[in-house]
Amino acid sequence: MKFGVVRFPGSCDEHDALLACRRFADAELLWHGERDLKGVDAVVIPGGFSYGDYLRVGAIARFSPVMEAVGEWAAAGGPVLGICNGFQVLCEAGLLPGALLVNAELRFLCRQVEVEVVNAETPFTSTCDPGERLSVPVKHTTGRYFAPELELDELERSGQVVLRYLPGQNPNDSRRDIAGVTNRAGNVLGLMPHPEHAVDALTGSTDGARIFESLASLSPA
Amino acid sequence: MPGCAAAAPDSRVRARVLIRPKQGILDAQGQTVERALPALGFEGVSNVRIGRLIELEVEDPARIREMCERLLANPLIEDYEVSLEER
Repeated sequence: MKFGVVRFPGSCDEHDALLACRRFADAELLWHGERDLKGVDAVVIPGGFSYGDYLRVGAIARFSPVMEAVGEWAAAGGPVLGICNGFQVLCEAGLLPGALLVNAELRFLCRQVEVEVVNAETPFTSTCDPGERLSVPVKHTTGRYFAPELELDELERSGQVVLRYLPGQNPNDSRRDIAGVTNRAGNVLGLMPHPEHAVDALTGSTDGARIFESLASLSPA
Repeated sequence: MPGCAAAAPDSRVRARVLIRPKQGILDAQGQTVERALPALGFEGVSNVRIGRLIELEVEDPARIREMCERLLANPLIEDYEVSLEER
């Protein structure tokens, strides 16, 4: 089992993601300028400020060669995890529903939040219990999840809402407290909280490791 | 270039694309500016919306709409208006 962590110009969390993946499996960096996914079994799009957040957050990264390959990989059912800026990139690339808007308070937020595992039957949450609470940090300016009401209904009906901020902990006014959402097929997850920053007791929580552990428990493609 | 008659006229058209957050979407920047104005004595201001303006020159203005749909705007959260400049 091998993870691939994409590095764009402006990525900044790729090393933490790499270290989190390596707790459970092999992992290597994938350069944005190459179409080659190097035979990895799961792709992680990390946080940061890809392409300087030009135009809109995540808008430019989707034109990179690696994202063509990621699109094909996702269409074939391969697991893709987008964290923070990775979530924004996947929304802009049309691989996830919805969009991320500037936080209602218009401020950069950096704090620990608790999220509830709403759907534990995904490749990303299979080692979690349904309803389990995970303590993970958020750190972003543009994390307010938005989708039209009808689409939100559909996302909830089809189990695509995987992680939800606990009541009172929604840091950015995301619709329906959504912290993480998958595509219809369930093999692409985007989330604003950073599980890769919560894998070592030194930083206060190891709950984020569950996401990587779940992915690592998949049988290799 | 010597020997060349008048250069071909530049067929490009100047266009402006105005992009705004869709109605119904909380515009956090607009709200913040709206709250700041009274602090400077500017009373009676409401509905401040902040968007962005993209100026471009294009050979085929018929394609601007597609550019907006696919890159310049995110149609899920933004509206856009295209205006062409007379030369």
